[in-house]
Amino acid sequence: MATIEKDSVSGQNTTGHEWDGIKELNTPLPKWWVYVFWATVLWAIGYWVAYPAWPLVNGYTKGSLGYSSRGELDNELAAQKKARSAWLSKIEASDVAAIEKDKDLLRYAMAGGKIAFNENCAPCHGVGGVGAFGYPSLADDEWLWGGALADIEQTIKFGVRNTNANSRQSEMPKFGADGLLKPEQIAAVSDYVVSLASKAPAKGSAGETVYAENCAACHAEDGAGNKDLGAPALNNQIWLYKGTKDAIAAQVAKPKHGAMPAWSERLDASTIKMLAVYVHNLGGGK
Amino acid sequence: MASPKIDPSLKKHAGDGDGPLYAETVMIHPRTVKGTFRNWKWAAMIVLLAIYHIAPFLRWDRGPDAPNQAILADMTGRRGYFFFLEIWPQEVYYITGLLFLAAIALFFMSSLAGRIWCGFFCFQTVYTDLFMYVERLVVGDRAKRMALDRAKWSADKLAKKAVINIVWLIISASCGIGFTLYFGDAPTMLKDIFRGAEDSAVYGTIAVVGGCCFLLAGYAREQVCLYMCPYSRFQSAMFDEHSLIVTYEEWRGEPRKPIRKTETFENRGHCIDCKMCVTSCPTGIDIRDGMQMGCIGCALCIDACNTMMDKFNLPRGLITWDSSANLAAREKGEKTRIKLVRARTIIYVAIIAAVSGLMIFGLSSRKSFDIAVQHERSPLFVQLSDGSIRNGYTVKILNMVREEREFEVTVSGIDGLGLTVVGGKAEGAKATLRVVPDDVGAFNVFVTAPADKLQGKRTPLYFTLRETAKGGSNRLESLFAGPER
Repeated sequence: MATIEKDSVSGQNTTGHEWDGIKELNTPLPKWWVYVFWATVLWAIGYWVAYPAWPLVNGYTKGSLGYSSRGELDNELAAQKKARSAWLSKIEASDVAAIEKDKDLLRYAMAGGKIAFNENCAPCHGVGGVGAFGYPSLADDEWLWGGALADIEQTIKFGVRNTNANSRQSEMPKFGADGLLKPEQIAAVSDYVVSLASKAPAKGSAGETVYAENCAACHAEDGAGNKDLGAPALNNQIWLYKGTKDAIAAQVAKPKHGAMPAWSERLDASTIKMLAVYVHNLGGGK
Repeated sequence: MASPKIDPSLKKHAGDGDGPLYAETVMIHPRTVKGTFRNWKWAAMIVLLAIYHIAPFLRWDRGPDAPNQAILADMTGRRGYFFFLEIWPQEVYYITGLLFLAAIALFFMSSLAGRIWCGFFCFQTVYTDLFMYVERLVVGDRAKRMALDRAKWSADKLAKKAVINIVWLIISASCGIGFTLYFGDAPTMLKDIFRGAEDSAVYGTIAVVGGCCFLLAGYAREQVCLYMCPYSRFQSAMFDEHSLIVTYEEWRGEPRKPIRKTETFENRGHCIDCKMCVTSCPTGIDIRDGMQMGCIGCALCIDACNTMMDKFNLPRGLITWDSSANLAAREKGEKTRIKLVRARTIIYVAIIAAVSGLMIFGLSSRKSFDIAVQHERSPLFVQLSDGSIRNGYTVKILNMVREEREFEVTVSGIDGLGLTVVGGKAEGAKATLRVVPDDVGAFNVFVTAPADKLQGKRTPLYFTLRETAKGGSNRLESLFAGPER
């Protein structure tokens, strides 16, 4: 109910609206407030003119300043690239060992390598190189193809078991699937490998003989493995496909083989160097 | 507390039906008064402006690599300097403490002497007073200023207004420049500002601070106190009946009416309704209406009223700075007394003492180095080929001294711990790390522990940082993650 009345104390009119017996005074706005209001309106109109604002049928108003957020991003990327170029050219000129010795370069490579790793490597090897079933951990101290800086760089560059001519290649025979070993022989050798891993090889067992005849050539007599062949060590606690007897037997019968792309086909040399330094310093580097 | 009196001009516009869109601003031109409080106000203005403009030029020797400005907020170097103090970004809580102290000091001041801050020390008051002084020099006092405002535009009016605004702009610019000098080396900055060689951010800051000074002190004035400042809205919560406030002695003044020379003050109040108190008020209120939000406690109405009382040989203090308890006592003819020690003031003093004590303790006991340890989450832990478990940590060492220092980091808490540092040297459970001057050194640290010594998913692990040269250490608890048992 809108009844305008005069407030006896202030002499103001009310707005005529009543809420639970309370009436609002129709007090005029301060002048400065009105001015500020119109200033914001003018600002908004100026903004429409200067910046992209209105959607049109086939696009939008571009604004007189020619600003676009895409363009801003391009500028920022270019500025970033310029700022980085001093470091990147240094990295390009040095070899990985020299990068690791230079304190500042090491810090830059660790930061840059981390970003490149998270973008390219983490999907398989996990953030921080934690690894997963079938994808080797890069943070521990076992290396299938060698954990020295040069080995790591080589692996990243050319990958494992891919079509690149320099890629690391090796395959374990399918002892079960191809009938090279009988099931009981596989069971025996799996038992032996389990005992090998716990540093107490079962001397004189049937498995020992099978191992010596079929496995020692690649995995070495004591199970230390062979980095030139990518043959994993069997005498420790680290397993790519689990270390239980069943898992080992499955691997002997019909081995799984991981593969990795040749990153030199996708990344530039300095990124690969930073990656090598980063991975080498994840904790397991030799 | 009464709301500010509605200006008569408002009533004129707020006619029947819908009122006008906005209220006409009535420019207040206070009359200049002479007296004790006016003198105090001039003194406060001179001292405050002097401190504000001189402080950035004070020097303080901190050695060759550090700025030698006594008070400096170094944004690019991320340090705050205050004489002997050097504050790092993570110690910004000292600023919080300082602000807290300032707030309580304001409340304390209010409980003792009313809005003495607003009336004498607030920058809005100081600059408004200065701007009004400029107006008086150029145009004259209240009547002349009002006449000039009413006058049609003429060459004379234009010239006077131009001179006023130009002087205001110069003062505002010096206010803005003075502000920026706290953020860089003042002498070189001052030169660079005038040479046009400073950063656009500096000129932007000068424009914003100076522009606000110009607008607020030149045109907004009392509207800042009435509409923008939050303090006027809650000041009454700081007062009690013993707080000294600007009051009108109603019992003595009423009934008021103008007086002729021939009349006596028999059977009437001492207030002669000369409106000197109203016309001298910078916020345009009538103090005779009682304590109100618009009163900033500047006491100029007291000076104005005392001048009139002297003319009529009446006792001073019809408008006075006194407590409402004393006001009531004087009305009854009882003895008046100023009671400064009260529960309220004691509490404020206690809070101020406690917070200052805490800050002094914090400042005197702070170390010149610190350690922060972040446990690596991916991988949470790594099993090594010999079965032992390894965790990664980022260890950050703060070296708050301007020389390169060597620190020794030791891990403890688990038997058989081993330590390796990326790009650094470690032996056993001990690593020696060097941190460049005045910086934070971040190190990737790996800790190895035998699996059978772990307590399961998490085992407490302690990092101890020791400064090699002078000793002094700092211990920090972290955790060592392992496989579930």
